Amino acid sequence: MSAIDLENQEKFQQLQKVIDEWKDKEGPLMPVLHSAQEIFGCLSLDVQKYISKEMDIPVSDIYGVATFYSQFTLKPKGKYRVGVCMGTACYVKGSQAILDELKKVLDLKEGETSEDGLFTLDATRCLGACGLAPIMMINDDVYGRLKPEDIKGIIDKYRDK
Amino acid sequence: MELYRSHVLVCGGTGCHSSGSGDLIDHFNRDLKKYGIEKEVKVVQTGCFGLCEVGPIVIVYPEGAFYSRVKDEDVTEIVSEHLVKGRIVKHLLYHDSVDVDHEIRSLDEVPFYQKQMRVALRNCGVINPENIDEYIAFDGYMALGKVLTEMTPEDVIALLKESGLRGRGGAGFPAGLKWEFTYKAKGDKKFVACNADEGDPGAFMDRSILEGDPHSVIEAMTIAGYTVGADQGYIYVRAEYPIAVERLTKAIAQAREYGLLGKNILGTDFSFDLELRLGAGAFVCGEETALLASIEGDRGEPRPRPPFPAVKGLFGKPTLLNNVETYANIPQIILKGSDWFQGIGTERSKGTKVFALGGKINNTGLVEVPMGTTLREIIYEIGGGIPEGRTFKAAQTGGPSGGCIPAEHLDTPIDYDSLSSIGSMMGSGGLIVMDEDNCMVDIARFFLEFTVEESCGKCPPCRIGTKRMLDLLNKIAEGKGEEGDLEKLEELGEGIKIASLCGLGQSAPNPVLSTIKYFRDEYEEHIRDKKCRAGVCQALLQYIIIEDKCRSCGLCARVCPVNAISGQKKQPYVIDQDPCIKCGACMEKCPFDAIVKR
Repeated sequence: MSAIDLENQEKFQQLQKVIDEWKDKEGPLMPVLHSAQEIFGCLSLDVQKYISKEMDIPVSDIYGVATFYSQFTLKPKGKYRVGVCMGTACYVKGSQAILDELKKVLDLKEGETSEDGLFTLDATRCLGACGLAPIMMINDDVYGRLKPEDIKGIIDKYRDK
Repeated sequence: MELYRSHVLVCGGTGCHSSGSGDLIDHFNRDLKKYGIEKEVKVVQTGCFGLCEVGPIVIVYPEGAFYSRVKDEDVTEIVSEHLVKGRIVKHLLYHDSVDVDHEIRSLDEVPFYQKQMRVALRNCGVINPENIDEYIAFDGYMALGKVLTEMTPEDVIALLKESGLRGRGGAGFPAGLKWEFTYKAKGDKKFVACNADEGDPGAFMDRSILEGDPHSVIEAMTIAGYTVGADQGYIYVRAEYPIAVERLTKAIAQAREYGLLGKNILGTDFSFDLELRLGAGAFVCGEETALLASIEGDRGEPRPRPPFPAVKGLFGKPTLLNNVETYANIPQIILKGSDWFQGIGTERSKGTKVFALGGKINNTGLVEVPMGTTLREIIYEIGGGIPEGRTFKAAQTGGPSGGCIPAEHLDTPIDYDSLSSIGSMMGSGGLIVMDEDNCMVDIARFFLEFTVEESCGKCPPCRIGTKRMLDLLNKIAEGKGEEGDLEKLEELGEGIKIASLCGLGQSAPNPVLSTIKYFRDEYEEHIRDKKCRAGVCQALLQYIIIEDKCRSCGLCARVCPVNAISGQKKQPYVIDQDPCIKCGACMEKCPFDAIVKR
């Protein structure tokens, strides 16, 4: 068995543990999908089929749920997920200009992932740090009180990591 | 219990946490050890102080020294000067926290806090949210004790009804009635649920309560469980709030350990437990029936009511669903009585309301004021007014469900009813201030883009109607607006309000209708004169070279991607408006600030 298969097998074992833990509780699908996305990075069709079989829920239902919520993704995201807050407080303080600058610097559109798999650019919902508007998040790091000219320096820092 | 001579309170709310307050705590602890005073001074991570604008915030007691925008290097100075030598570092103090003689004012005298009254936020910024003992020391779980030992469910319901508490999630339904309906509903099993799916952009009060005082919600839900006859509760939290999830998880575990959740609470026959459920990024899940569907593991789509959740809710059982801020008020009402609560607020809206101040305002942050406080007091006295001497244009309340309030209504005392009478709504309490640089057409478009994307698609008025409204707004913003477009928007808006299935659709047209109502001339300018006075709508802008300032360097002509700029030596350059694509590259490049957009 190749290394990739082995890794995959381990991940499915992890997923099975989660399913066993939740199977007999009420409303188990959302928590299982959250965990599955954490384990695999995304909810590919294979993962959905596996959950369907193990939990006895039609795959069409699972697909329906997975595509309804914006935080679930069917395709893998980049290593660094850049999210610009487009909440009202950030918007009136110029987050559109921040997003435009990011599009230019990363050469990506919203929702796209760079070919090298390094960056995904998203316009996100309010992140609740309105006191620091406008803000963006790169993975778990928050950057606040941004100006368009700050963007390039911040992104370069991640490129060089 | 150890005694400390000083306490260093460091804000651990999301705003301050994002600007590095976690590192400050580590630094404090390191430095205290270095001086060997770690047994004399205690560093406490608290919830949100509310004044996010000047974060990260550190307050040192007993002096009450309020340090603002604290940087890593400032910690060294605060420790060596203030905590070791007892000399307050005056140049780091928040400017409003000292009076003219540079003496420290108590927090109640700081302009930002003076007019506030903290009920729901009472413990935020005061206690360590990760330590149940601190909550208990501030009368925590006393209300639960009182309810379980002295009150019947009917007593609790009567008290809540007398208090006049209305739901803080937006619609303002009387909480006591909701509790009564669920109590009276027949069912072998009932549930209590908490709506912590705070989706309104610009509102973060629920987040601050969950992060700063999670036990108040747990206590209130347990009281609710006893009252309506439920033994299981669910808290549905946005997945975007990792700190809130973490603190809630800890708080639930601590409450279980202390016997305040679980079997036979406080030695009585009553048993109750709580579970957390995470959302996954869907605004519509803030609607009650959609939220319950999501907990059940389905797509978060609303369903028609009745039956209301109080009769048929989670897993088909009677369910009591309240929002975070509503719950946070309950223990105080039980302890202080309905007369006390009745005495705060206006005739039909009792108590206080938390607002999240954001946008073009000096003191962005979280404030809690008695109902009936005017917008002017909130924006100018508490909020410190508009930055850079600009003029107030509108305040947006209620997020995508609310509307824009113009200057003429600044003196309206705000409560549920006054806000809806002027075309807006309380919503969850987001309050975004806008100045003359914000275009009202653009703001309406911004909110509609939000609702179009978040509409779940189940009912056509919302799914198709909001899209058509957005098309019209886009047309206007692009300079292609025609006479009659405004009337079409109004007609569509009214129709969508009546015909939509849930609160999302029923309120989605509000931002458009309220801006048309109060800023019609601005819309008409976009349509007739093809002009955007705020300079926001790109298509209506012109880039112009100011002759006097132009030094004919030619940089602008070289960067212009469509060769729209021409000129020659010693003559000012000119932009040809026809080919210009309004990219703004010339303005960015000009070293003499000779290019402006109008």
